[in-house]
Amino acid sequence: MTAAPLADFLEASIRSATPLLFAALGETVAERSGVINVGLEGAIIVGCLAGLATSTTLGPEAGLLAAGLAGVAIAAIFAIVAIGMAADQIITGTAITMLGLGLTGTLYRVLYGDSGAALSAPTLEPLGVPALEQIPVLGRALFRQPLPTYLALALVPAVWWWLYRTQSGLSLRATGENPAAALASGIAPRRIQTVAVLFGGLCGGLAGGTLVLAQVGTFAEGMSAGRGFVAIAIVALGRWNPVGAMMAALLFGMASALQFLFQALSLDVPYQIFLALPYLLTLVALALTRGRYAAPAALGSRNGAAR
Amino acid sequence: MVLPPGADRAVTTAVPRLALESITRHYGPVVALDEASLTLRAGEVHALLGENGAGKSTLMKIAFGLEQPDRGTIRIDGTSVTLRSPRSAMQHGIGMVQQHFALVDAMTVAENVALGSTARLDLDEVATQIRAISAASGLVIDPDALVRDLPVGAQQRVEIIKALSRETSILILDEPTAVLAPQEVAELLAWTRRFADGGGTVVLIAHKLHEVLRVANRVTVLRRGRVVLTAPAAEVTARSLADAMLGGGQHTPDTTARRDVTHTLPGDGRQPRPVLELRNVTVRDAAGVERLRAASITIAAGEVVGIAAVEGAGQHELLRVMSGRLHPSSGEVHLPPAIGFVPEDRHREAVVLDATLIENVALRGAGTRRGLMAWTSLRTDTEAVMATRDVRAETAAVMMRTLSGGNQQKLVLGRELASSPQALVVENPTRGLDILATEDVHTALRAARDAGTAVVVYSSDLDEVLALADRVLVVTGGQLRAVGHDREAVGRAMLAGGS
Amino acid sequence: MRNVIRAAGDLTLAGVSSIGMLALLLWLSGYPVGDSLSALWRGAFGSWSVLASGTLVRATPMLFAGLAVALAFRAGILNIGAEGQLLTGASAAAAVAITLPASMGLAGAALALCAGVLAGGLWAAVAAVLRQRFGVLEVISTIMLNVIALNVTGLLVRGPLQEATRTFPQSDMVDAALRLPRLVAGTRLHAGVALAIGSALALAWFLRATAPGFRLRMTGANPRAAASAGGIDVSRVSLLAFIASGALAGLGGAVEVTGVTYALYENLSPGYGYTAIAVALLARLNPSAAIGSALVFGALEAGASAMQRDAQVPAGMVGVVEACVILVLVASEWVGGKAGWGRSLNRGGPPQQFGPAAPHDDAASAADRSTSEARA
Repeated sequence: MTAAPLADFLEASIRSATPLLFAALGETVAERSGVINVGLEGAIIVGCLAGLATSTTLGPEAGLLAAGLAGVAIAAIFAIVAIGMAADQIITGTAITMLGLGLTGTLYRVLYGDSGAALSAPTLEPLGVPALEQIPVLGRALFRQPLPTYLALALVPAVWWWLYRTQSGLSLRATGENPAAALASGIAPRRIQTVAVLFGGLCGGLAGGTLVLAQVGTFAEGMSAGRGFVAIAIVALGRWNPVGAMMAALLFGMASALQFLFQALSLDVPYQIFLALPYLLTLVALALTRGRYAAPAALGSRNGAAR
Repeated sequence: MVLPPGADRAVTTAVPRLALESITRHYGPVVALDEASLTLRAGEVHALLGENGAGKSTLMKIAFGLEQPDRGTIRIDGTSVTLRSPRSAMQHGIGMVQQHFALVDAMTVAENVALGSTARLDLDEVATQIRAISAASGLVIDPDALVRDLPVGAQQRVEIIKALSRETSILILDEPTAVLAPQEVAELLAWTRRFADGGGTVVLIAHKLHEVLRVANRVTVLRRGRVVLTAPAAEVTARSLADAMLGGGQHTPDTTARRDVTHTLPGDGRQPRPVLELRNVTVRDAAGVERLRAASITIAAGEVVGIAAVEGAGQHELLRVMSGRLHPSSGEVHLPPAIGFVPEDRHREAVVLDATLIENVALRGAGTRRGLMAWTSLRTDTEAVMATRDVRAETAAVMMRTLSGGNQQKLVLGRELASSPQALVVENPTRGLDILATEDVHTALRAARDAGTAVVVYSSDLDEVLALADRVLVVTGGQLRAVGHDREAVGRAMLAGGS
Repeated sequence: MRNVIRAAGDLTLAGVSSIGMLALLLWLSGYPVGDSLSALWRGAFGSWSVLASGTLVRATPMLFAGLAVALAFRAGILNIGAEGQLLTGASAAAAVAITLPASMGLAGAALALCAGVLAGGLWAAVAAVLRQRFGVLEVISTIMLNVIALNVTGLLVRGPLQEATRTFPQSDMVDAALRLPRLVAGTRLHAGVALAIGSALALAWFLRATAPGFRLRMTGANPRAAASAGGIDVSRVSLLAFIASGALAGLGGAVEVTGVTYALYENLSPGYGYTAIAVALLARLNPSAAIGSALVFGALEAGASAMQRDAQVPAGMVGVVEACVILVLVASEWVGGKAGWGRSLNRGGPPQQFGPAAPHDDAASAADRSTSEARA
């Protein structure tokens, strides 16, 4: 194997992993607070459209910001219903995903016409780190990436610090384990869960923005393509830990980058195998580690916050 | 306020530390608190007494900001305040150890203590603080231990230390002694005394009179949501308190008096007919720890066998082996074909809250039923159970959830007895019930015994065991042994191998 | 019975609120509200042939998958995997139907349906075993199995099951003799529609009247009490219920292949397995009421196509409406203050590990509140 395809492969792995990492970091925080947000997919797709729409007029950086805010907005609906009204999280999340997919499909046609014309947005170009990007094989993968990749990678230690080294992180984890105990300790579980879900929405939106502004450059209906569900798998595989999420996201990124590698090597292997493989791996990993014990104890529980 | 000269420990603060004035609280149509007032002073241990359902916990949840009053005023040091949440209560120096501990199992002691603090998170500093509190209070705990690994008594210490770490000056303890062994009870009560003597205030919610009278300065009794008595501890007696709690002395709280009516074993020379037998039964839990060790017991028709034990001594497993709910790791078990079982955790193990009473009665034997459900005859069965056990409900088709705890328990007991089982195993059968429902349950158990059923009763209330049992067995450290019927002897035996 | 009445109320609420919501969305996006809505109505109920060929046919896979979800939820299993089970069912049915000789006729069609049932059940069994033997939450495993199923279907239509001409990623057509018969000539109303309605009624009867159905409901409502007080083998009940749920979804996929598409495509299901959650919830997990709720969603989807065709309204708008229906239902439960289907959707989880009981039960505090009732 020559170095070029390998470098391409690594670069593509990190590129594919970036939106997954964003989404998974957000979902890790949400799930650590006891809320499973299946509506993440909805946050990603609204992020895609908001990113595109804003980027065409205000530029890609503003687009990325708008994508994050759109994710926050749709996550806010989830928070009102699933936390404020203590509704079932899975049901609400499913509805939010349907809402996001339907809304973006509709809005896109309303905004840009029936043809769904291949509208292209200004994108975020890769930023090279001088010298480091010259490192053979790894240089391009790690040091010549667009802004969101660096952002996502920087978010990993930040989220880790938040969860494990701050008072609010402690409160957040306690809420996910035992909301009643958190409440009795003077914590407001619903407020914490709301913040966690909104953060999850922000990250989901950023994931969508990354997809449009750093990768595809345009919008297509349903372009989130199940990344929200991938992120939920990544969170589980990463054992509800931001560093674990990073490793798992990378694994999923490599799996989807394999198809480029095989194309480059002219190997005729159906790419679906590689798309399905990481899910299988996650199932096996969860089975081997008896996944239940790593999950926050109150994950997904209704009325979790007692009041 | 001038204290009567009889108060053995003078409390001299003029303005109460905390005053709850005319607190009223409804739950739907039910009045939980009706103009209840309570004042707490610095330096006192204040016992709050009352039957289950009298409103003690509700009043204290209001004081801790967990519940909001419908009407009434809360004053701290004379100033009216609103306690919207535990956080605001804590800011006023109020702490509470609830019956159901508010601890995160998966976290360490230090993390639990740090939880909800406003300071920057520094677990090393928290550990140092815990050690300092331990040294000062005598409540020793390892800051790095995982809470889920700690026994109940140690978890309670974590709760208290957590409260102390917030500079709590008013500490509410909700039924703190219920989960403790007698030795631990003594230590806890002694500690509350020291805490109060140091200027703090302790509220002890309890319904065991003799325990609290030893340390309390003053006593308040609630009945049906109203305060019926507030007096210095020195001026009351167990008898006068019991009258206040129960209303006019129509019931005798001294349950040991009921031993007069205990049934005498068939003494006509015939051997009692054994119906339930365990031989060298050992139970190991998932971790391989022996919870029950070589237990042997024979229970005859027409007797009530009482089981006495401190929490976690192995009685939980013993009862489940005897009721056929658990297969032992080794040993021989002879059980009759029909056994009734009334577990202590009714909502988790005995009933389906979102099913009708008929369905709850139909649950018995559901595992082996075939074909179609005979709903018509099941309804008749249910109505029969409701009539015999005086279960108050509109119809048999209402949801279990709509029944009060006492009525739920009576239905469960009725269901288990409906098929005239040869044996009946009951575990804390009156926990959470009021006095009338408790009476009904006791009557039903005695009637079953008189009808020839072999009855096994475990209660964490030793007096209840002694009142019901024809003979008493003690479980300590997984081992079963017979002792006399003497309260002292049983109490000593419970502690002998205790955890 | 009360549930059926409540479900009827919900259906009305859902119908009215979704039309209202749709009108609002149309108005906001500048489409002619009246024209669009009438296109929707014509597309859903406008004529007998539209109703039979459009709405009812669309509603059928939703009903099967909705029944799958309702059955699982009633047993306390959060099966989010109806989508994957439906796809595996469709794949297996297609594999059988295109392999069997045309001479087998209806028997061949029946075999294909059986294959779908088996495959759907097996796919669910994976998640069931993962939950019971390895403690993997079924919410997470079924989501993953959905994606795996989608990719496996993608592989099949590009590999072993691809059409002989190897042009498109789809299978060969099922021979006309092996297709589900039409119930009414001139419409696309196929026998699978009747099968779906029959399954709904049978499932309702099973849950209400039979001992295994009772065991399933009790296991879902409180697994520990079911085991302890009822002597029910709850792991066995959950396992069987999970598999049966998958089998129903698999049957839905098989019916879709043999009755509607006649071939396996990658995008055979536009998310029936997810809409199914809404179908089941709207029916308050009641199988007979699910017929009505599947009809509501079937009509919305069929009407949406007409709306797109006749009034150029994006079909995605219906997804928004469906989502809003779910959210409105959830919100109405909250506004009503009483848990309706939220309660029946029990989240019991698998039977608890054996161990000492917690030192205190919630019963104590509940009793604290309710004892004065007892005295009154």
